Amino acid sequence: MAGHKEYDAATGAETTGHVWDGDIKELNKPLPKWWLYVLYATIVWSIGYWILYPAWPLAEDYTRGMLGYSQRSVVAQEISDAKQTQAPFLQAVASKSVEEIRSDAGLMEFVRRGGAAQFANNCAPCHGSGAQGFKGYPNLNDDDWLWGGSVESIENTIRFGVRSDHASTHQGVMPRFGLDGLLDKGQISDVAEFVLSLSGKSEDAEKAERGSVVFAEQCAACHGADGKGIVEMGAPNLADAIWLYGGRKQDVVESVHGGRAGMMPAWEGRIDPTAIRMLAIYVHSLGGGE
Amino acid sequence: MQPQKSIERGVATEAAPGITRIDVDAVSSKASRSLYTSRQKIYPKLAHGTFRSVKWVVMLVTLGIYYLLPWIRWDRGPTLPDQAFLLDFANQRLYFGPIEIWAQELYFITGILVISALALFLVTALAGRMWCGYACPQTVWTDLMVVVERFWQGDRNARMRLDKAPWTFEKIWKKTATHVSWILISLATGGVLVFYFRDAPTLAMELVTGEAPLVAYVFMGIFTFSTYLLGGIAREQVCIYMCPWPRIQAAMYDSESLLVSYHGYRGEPRGPHKKGQPWENRGDCIDCKACVAVCPMGIDIRDGQQLECIQCALCIDACDDIMGKVDRPYGLISYDTFRNVEAPSGSERAPVRLLRPRVLVYSGLIALIMALMAWAWIVRSVVEISVIPDRNPLFVVLSDGGVRNGYTIKVLNKTHETRTFQLRIEGLSDFHAAIIGFDTADAPLVVEPDTLRAIKVYVSVPREAASHLDAAATPLTLTVRDLASGDTVVRETTFRSPGS
Repeated sequence: MAGHKEYDAATGAETTGHVWDGDIKELNKPLPKWWLYVLYATIVWSIGYWILYPAWPLAEDYTRGMLGYSQRSVVAQEISDAKQTQAPFLQAVASKSVEEIRSDAGLMEFVRRGGAAQFANNCAPCHGSGAQGFKGYPNLNDDDWLWGGSVESIENTIRFGVRSDHASTHQGVMPRFGLDGLLDKGQISDVAEFVLSLSGKSEDAEKAERGSVVFAEQCAACHGADGKGIVEMGAPNLADAIWLYGGRKQDVVESVHGGRAGMMPAWEGRIDPTAIRMLAIYVHSLGGGE
Repeated sequence: MQPQKSIERGVATEAAPGITRIDVDAVSSKASRSLYTSRQKIYPKLAHGTFRSVKWVVMLVTLGIYYLLPWIRWDRGPTLPDQAFLLDFANQRLYFGPIEIWAQELYFITGILVISALALFLVTALAGRMWCGYACPQTVWTDLMVVVERFWQGDRNARMRLDKAPWTFEKIWKKTATHVSWILISLATGGVLVFYFRDAPTLAMELVTGEAPLVAYVFMGIFTFSTYLLGGIAREQVCIYMCPWPRIQAAMYDSESLLVSYHGYRGEPRGPHKKGQPWENRGDCIDCKACVAVCPMGIDIRDGQQLECIQCALCIDACDDIMGKVDRPYGLISYDTFRNVEAPSGSERAPVRLLRPRVLVYSGLIALIMALMAWAWIVRSVVEISVIPDRNPLFVVLSDGGVRNGYTIKVLNKTHETRTFQLRIEGLSDFHAAIIGFDTADAPLVVEPDTLRAIKVYVSVPREAASHLDAAATPLTLTVRDLASGDTVVRETTFRSPGS
């Protein structure tokens, strides 16, 4: 600290005596006192805030504040408000027929959005966030439906699942023709060739011809004589362009050899009936519903 | 803690055996500087002259605009607000007379802000802090508050006397009247501001009957309080300590900018002057301090340019008044450039150079942005179409081997009439299109006024044609035509397929 007051030559202002780089001196420009009082006011404010609102974490609890404010209860209130707003819509979804829901643009929008949210929560892990499916998990955007593509059929599939533990679940098993020794390797190859020929993908007409006999004996019961599938049995159409497990010969051989038994859980009891209804209408509206 | 010995300095002189004088300053003494200073109250004296008149006019015009604007009506039809100037946040619209800005057009506001900033730069380059001195709300309201103060308590000397006087009945009622007037002005200020956000006559009634939304009262309270505090009480403290402009604007002058300046070469040496005394060998400044007395910032312009100066030019009025009385030429304090102020005594005053690079650059930028905004306004469409192709999945293979793509098309009708559109799809040789909820893809599409309608369009290409799509993404053109006017909006998108 300098002992004497020093004045800057250029401005005539008093300096603090602090010097940088040998010649740069700091001018003494004190802060206004109200500035200090504003600082004190903010401190007082914060103390008041600590007293009124939750503030300090403790070992097992926290200071709760005199106003009894809690963000949790605010959120709970907001959620219950939102549910109250949704209630009439949900009631309408539950009580109205699918046709009535579809003809009500506002309700349909609610159902589509609600269904999309339910889908993202429950279905997306297997069917993909865009319902585009994966190998073994059907694409729900297309127009091919193992267990039927009407809203009612889709609703039933969601409720009961496929090969699930529900009493009314869809059943239907593709036998393990190779593993269980029902067909030999050559027959499997032949029948696979025939199956590919149904959609014009066969490269060996002779094998396909032989395979047609095997098909008629072993496969037609479920997949139909023309291979177009039987919805009641969940047997897929083998004459179309959609292959759940792949459409190369190798994939088809694998399916015949080891069988297929994809599984979908039953959602009845897990999510409420209205949510299932909204899901069914949403899935149906993805573009491929019948 | 340091032992006292270590701060002993200099040579100790011996006053008596064992007693040495220690060269040390007390940390806390009367002479020590405080870290904080109390505010010294400023009592600006009423000035008379050109610049004071300009400031009266600016005050009247700006306050007039502010208080009256929400009450101007503008007929926009039955369903729309008829307030000319309305910031309708609830419906995400801004109305400025015939101009209507939607939320997605907020870039027009950005443009206005950029132009305002550049205009501020331009004015600063030309004539210093003119904004601060004349048009800044802080200046205008402070000026208004000072007028009120002067009305109740008298001019500078009377106010100083009153502040020093003991608390008599007269002082109490004068002070009370002043503060009540200030609060009423502040209430009017805060009250008018909320009218910009909601239909003014309706809100005025609601405010009186207590039915206005809580947010209106809260904001009225905030603005009332801040007007009273900043305009009535804090005044120059706002400009000196709170406002960032003084720091920035001082960097925008150059030696050619016109600034309120004291001509030291003409005024010095200053000193008192008696009538009849000769003016030789002395300056024109008679050190009457009229310039200091009128200054609302409490500075002495004769000390040169300083951060606190808002360039309001009241000191010019005060000085010219005195110069007239002592019969010396006007302009001892005047708008002048650094170049002229620093020129040696007796040298020719250079004319002001207005056309300088920075002035031209600022003007050019302002013109450019105005042109851009005008262009954007002209080409802006009253119908907006956006096409969002489905991304998940990108395409769907159908059971017959065909490929389907989905598109969400959003049609926004910004006009106030119902419009009917028709969709046309081009770019594929063989395809089928369907709109969810419509019988055919070219069915008329009705969009209500001021609404957005989203439709879902599915485009399917049959197996045969799909196998001929050579690329994974085929260009697709969607055209939306207004059936009444024939206006069309074209959007390019792609049709995706697995490829061959």
